[in-house]
Amino acid sequence: MNIGQSIIEALETLNGNKLRSGLTILGIVIGVGAVIAMLAIGQGAQDTITGAISGIGTNLLFVSSGNQTQEVRNPKPLTLGDAEAIADPFAASDVLAVAPIIQGRGDVTAGGQTMSVSVTGTTPQYFIMQNYSLLEGDFLTQDNLQGNASAVVIGPGVADKLFGRRNGVVGETIRINGQPFRVVGILQSKGGGMFGSQDNQVIVPFTTAQTRLIHRSALNEVDQLYVQVVSAQAVPLATDEVKQILRQRHRTPVGVDDFTVFSQADFLSIAKTVTGVFTIFLGGIAGISLLVGGIGIMNIMLVSVTERTREIGLRKALGARKRDILIQFLIESSMLSLIGGMIGILLGWFLGFIVGRIAAASGNPFNPAISLNAILLATLFSAAVGLFFGIYPANRAAGLEPVEALRYE
Amino acid sequence: MAKDWVILAEDLMKVYQMGEVEVRALAGVSCNIKRGEVVAIMGPSGSGKSTLMNILGCLDLPTSGKYILDGEAVETLNDDQLADIRNRKVGFIFQSFNLLSRTTALANVELPLRYAGNVPNKKERARAALESVGLGDRISHRPTELSGGEQQRVAIARALVNNPAIIMADEPTGNLDSKVGREILELLLALNRDNGTTLIIVTHDPANAALTQRIIHLRDGLVEEKK
Repeated sequence: MNIGQSIIEALETLNGNKLRSGLTILGIVIGVGAVIAMLAIGQGAQDTITGAISGIGTNLLFVSSGNQTQEVRNPKPLTLGDAEAIADPFAASDVLAVAPIIQGRGDVTAGGQTMSVSVTGTTPQYFIMQNYSLLEGDFLTQDNLQGNASAVVIGPGVADKLFGRRNGVVGETIRINGQPFRVVGILQSKGGGMFGSQDNQVIVPFTTAQTRLIHRSALNEVDQLYVQVVSAQAVPLATDEVKQILRQRHRTPVGVDDFTVFSQADFLSIAKTVTGVFTIFLGGIAGISLLVGGIGIMNIMLVSVTERTREIGLRKALGARKRDILIQFLIESSMLSLIGGMIGILLGWFLGFIVGRIAAASGNPFNPAISLNAILLATLFSAAVGLFFGIYPANRAAGLEPVEALRYE
Repeated sequence: MAKDWVILAEDLMKVYQMGEVEVRALAGVSCNIKRGEVVAIMGPSGSGKSTLMNILGCLDLPTSGKYILDGEAVETLNDDQLADIRNRKVGFIFQSFNLLSRTTALANVELPLRYAGNVPNKKERARAALESVGLGDRISHRPTELSGGEQQRVAIARALVNNPAIIMADEPTGNLDSKVGREILELLLALNRDNGTTLIIVTHDPANAALTQRIIHLRDGLVEEKK
């Protein structure tokens, strides 16, 4: 018997029992749909997160105190001195600029409105490194820094909340933790980032923050150093230079470093690992529903074999070999899973689309990405499920003795 | 000489193991049937006529004994070879018709050809077989749209379509009223008359048996007498 005929016959058989076939297919549709949707959401999350990380620039290094992989006793805090040493072009020729950062939270008030925001104290270099652009006004200047100036650059979210507008805010005075600051610039909106919204922040000169807003135990202590490298290719070199300088300054030339240098590539690989695990986890859970769908196929095929015992007996009496019967039932179960798989891909695509829409509506741009790989994987997997769960019933049908099958009532 | 005999069966035994007890369904049956002959197998229930029919139709193998069907020794064949023999040499007609209800009369008749491998003109041959049983105008009807007599005619066409060496009918009129049953039997006999098809009819109706050329009476797994 040729395959084309067998497929037509199988479809006719499935068509003869529409409700039953439909429900069996539904099981697979839900399974494949869930797998596709989950993989798409996982992929979308990965794209969004890696996109956000890529946005911070490829030639940045982030230096922080402490060691994330090994135990280290009494790590020395990073200081302004460290920042100056790294910025020395003779010590680290691949470093373009360094921005020390201290960060805390504070309450800003203006015109009777109060909001809690992130307060960053830093140097003018920070704005270049972060690729910030301004709606109006200026960035902080070197003069601001040296003069302990009460100048502040605010995010657009802060302007919205305090003044209800984004224009003409420069020159206004706001209070941070009760102390008056003059607004010198308003940042352009960057939207939500991996580290929280960047729109709800205020940036003040490092010196001002250090003396008046954010208190650290050691003098000149900084939370983080942003290091700009001359080019993306020089990142490994610059990393080594920064490490050398810090080891010397912290007197840990041998033994464990008491600081950590991260590059954007490090962040990327960590994010990829995390989202990868997340995707596998989601896909795995969805895979369980596909498995349940497969068991549904097996169940219905077993019922079908029992119901059609006489038919099988007849076919054998007419000259069907074992193989013919086996193929007939395998094709039926594969058809169920294949049709289910195709509809499931559409369903998964639709679910991903809906999730993307909901995410966009709630302000987090996020695109579930359905990759060709996911579609291939789901199709193959569903066909395999149909075959795997069809083999036992088909074998049972093929093994029936013609005489007994014909006598079956 | 072997050409004249479609069936050469010698000392066929069939023993079933029913738990502890051995049941001898056939206790040594020998029967030879000539090409073109019409033979009835009769006997009370439990006499072994269904078992004999199954073995002669290659649906089952004897426990012991020799059986040559149309020149081929059957008792040594495996399942697939038996399926092949059934496909090429035997046409079955059953009491309950055994048609596939989902498909048309034509598709039902075509079924043995599909299992026969590369047969050209399947549709045409199936249509010709249906015409030869007088159902040329019913080819696209489903079994549920046909009367009992018509369904059995479809079954006869299906038995004929592969030009088998022998047609085996197991109580072919059992599910039909006597008038229609008579027509079916006449049709079978006409096929024998016109085409020389060898015919074995299992029946318990003496009136049907009387229409055949020879009757094999079975009792307790043995051939009782021959007419």
